[in-house]
Amino acid sequence: MDKNIKILIVDDFTTMRKVIRNLLKSVGYENIIEAEDGAIALRTLKNNEVDFIISDWNMPNMSGLELLKAVRADSELSKTPFLMVTAEALQDNVIAAVKAGVSNYIVKPFTAEVLNTKIEKILETL
Amino acid sequence: MDVRFINAFLDATENVLKTMAFVEPKPGKPYLKKDNVAKGDISGIIGLTGDLKGSLGLSFSEGCIVKIVSNMLGESMSGIDNDVKDAVGEITNMISGVARKKLEADGLNITAAIPTVVAGKSHSIVHVLGGPSIIIPFEIEEGPFVVDFCLDNAPS
Repeated sequence: MDKNIKILIVDDFTTMRKVIRNLLKSVGYENIIEAEDGAIALRTLKNNEVDFIISDWNMPNMSGLELLKAVRADSELSKTPFLMVTAEALQDNVIAAVKAGVSNYIVKPFTAEVLNTKIEKILETL
Repeated sequence: MDVRFINAFLDATENVLKTMAFVEPKPGKPYLKKDNVAKGDISGIIGLTGDLKGSLGLSFSEGCIVKIVSNMLGESMSGIDNDVKDAVGEITNMISGVARKKLEADGLNITAAIPTVVAGKSHSIVHVLGGPSIIIPFEIEEGPFVVDFCLDNAPS
């Protein structure tokens, strides 16, 4: 599995970005950039070749779901794998994310091993 | 009080802190709290609506939260700073999420608001419903913390 992929972490909580970055590093991913919300993430995606997006669901300005829809609607970004991070797996949210084209979702809290498995499963389908 | 709520918040607290901060807090006996003075030095509080209405708070002693956030971030924290405040909000959010998922299995659909964080000695936790609230005390080696919740049909 390619550990050199560039991963974008999108979360409005600084600490959660650090936590996810640390978890990713612990399983071998080092090429990581960050954005504080969906709107900043979209600008970051336009200026960087990102291979994988890990985004929180609940954020101000532009939510994870809105970011997902924007990514899928953009011809240059639409194929980018998108892992949604949620604090809960409410059925309505999951359905909305699947309809919008999410690659998979992960419920907080999670371990590095669970995160790594989610990423690898998504990458295997590409 | 409904034991389902206590169990949901107790299990969620243990799960989140064990998974994210690698600590195993020891729970104490729940009790009723009638004032709104926080038990700790920093607190996160989140409003709940839906089939249950009210609020959930977490209040940490400084030593306890410094240890928890240091473990979460993989770096040594020296006291309550912006990173710690940010982490308390996220921990509150996660514990609320896990507990709500457990309660959803009992047919209770609950929505949460954005958490707020307050710090300082003897600060207040003002619950949406006013109180009284139920306290679930916990302890780790570095200090105590409590789960402090007040729901529309919690106290009996």
